[in-house]
Amino acid sequence: MRHVISVHDLTVDAIIDVLDRAEGMLATARGEAVNDCLKGKVLGSIFFEPSTRTRLSFETAMNRLGGGVIGFAGTEATSVVKGETLADTIRMVSGYADAIVLRHPREGAAKLATEFSDVPVINAGDGAGQHPTQTLLDLFTIRQQMGRLEGLNISLVGDLRYGRTVHSLAFALSKFGNTINLVSPEGLEMPGEVVEHLEESGQFGVACHTPEEVISTTDILYVTRIQKERFPDPVEYKKVAGKYLIDPALVAQGPDNMIVMHPLPRINEITPDVDAMPQAKYFIQAANGVPVRMALLSMVIGGV
Amino acid sequence: MSHKYMKVERIDHGTVIDHILPSRAFDVLRVLGLSNDKTMSILVNSHSKKGGKKDILKFEDVELSAEEANLVALVSPQATINIIVGGKVVKKFNAEAPKVVRGIMTCSNPNCISNQNEPITTEFKLSPDEGHRYVCTYCDRDIIDLAKRIGK
Repeated sequence: MRHVISVHDLTVDAIIDVLDRAEGMLATARGEAVNDCLKGKVLGSIFFEPSTRTRLSFETAMNRLGGGVIGFAGTEATSVVKGETLADTIRMVSGYADAIVLRHPREGAAKLATEFSDVPVINAGDGAGQHPTQTLLDLFTIRQQMGRLEGLNISLVGDLRYGRTVHSLAFALSKFGNTINLVSPEGLEMPGEVVEHLEESGQFGVACHTPEEVISTTDILYVTRIQKERFPDPVEYKKVAGKYLIDPALVAQGPDNMIVMHPLPRINEITPDVDAMPQAKYFIQAANGVPVRMALLSMVIGGV
Repeated sequence: MSHKYMKVERIDHGTVIDHILPSRAFDVLRVLGLSNDKTMSILVNSHSKKGGKKDILKFEDVELSAEEANLVALVSPQATINIIVGGKVVKKFNAEAPKVVRGIMTCSNPNCISNQNEPITTEFKLSPDEGHRYVCTYCDRDIIDLAKRIGK
């Protein structure tokens, strides 16, 4: 594995390989074991956009494996504000680091970076495009919690139109054979090409406008944020957001072994009293970002 | 009443692009980017013997290469290319949509990195499924309104 740009580039075998390696990294990720396979190596962490989980978990992953991190979060103190191209920034960082993790507001930025970098590039989100490491940690969490990646009934809930994580996740889940339900407000439905792909692969469940319609058969309730700025009328936003509130009463309607996931940050869409329920797995999901990113870093830098 | 006359004169040497989709002749010219010192004839919305309408382009003293001819298929997939020498058609073939198009089109996604001031050449790949879709190598999106994205 050289670069990690899109989940579309990953075969089922490559995905399983990453997840298996991540499982082997769990103890080190928690600080319970020592693994310094990346000792002396440097990660270039360049984030042109805000990020909490992705950036911190990559940095934790590199530190846990004995490596160091350079980089920036936000462009204010860099030459980017002077008009430096992304290509030049990448060339420069690839001279300092053994791998680059890139988040950028433009779609295709990570692909461009691969053309100018002498070291592996990992896409940490490019605009509304790809965010493959989020998808991998979602799959890791699903396998960890459910014991398998196939034959599951997954309901994707919330803003399915603009949420990049649900697009990539839907594609990735379809590689394994699942039933995928799409629950979104009117106007924020899943883009046509994703729905077509699910239909063609025989994995499309139902599309509906309220989670109550699918909750009783759902194994995984994957919730995403409905962004206020998508609604010109704040009253309309409040009305819609209210319909997508995941609370203990709704969670209790699901099967006993159902789990609730969320890529975070959540704002109001899952009430805090769900956090203590055994179904709530979103903080475990966020923590799983570390072993999964450790696995990826060890593969692209360490060549193991 | 029957008039026998040519709206556009025949040429002795050059290239005739026939069966261009109606009103697409100017898009074809844009794709080819030929220098304007050659004599050319443009027939728009002409009657087609196969029914309907078509455009025709005639270039005097220009022999299109197969590569150039294939660019025509970007905007008019059914076009036929006729190479004329000594007043006769010496070669006739259909334009074939190129698998990869570099440099001559821009991405229709305004947020694509290829639309920024980066030192790259745009690249689009023909989708393997039917439907004449070109996908941006960078942002992975279908190019929308392809004819308008050429030559910018």
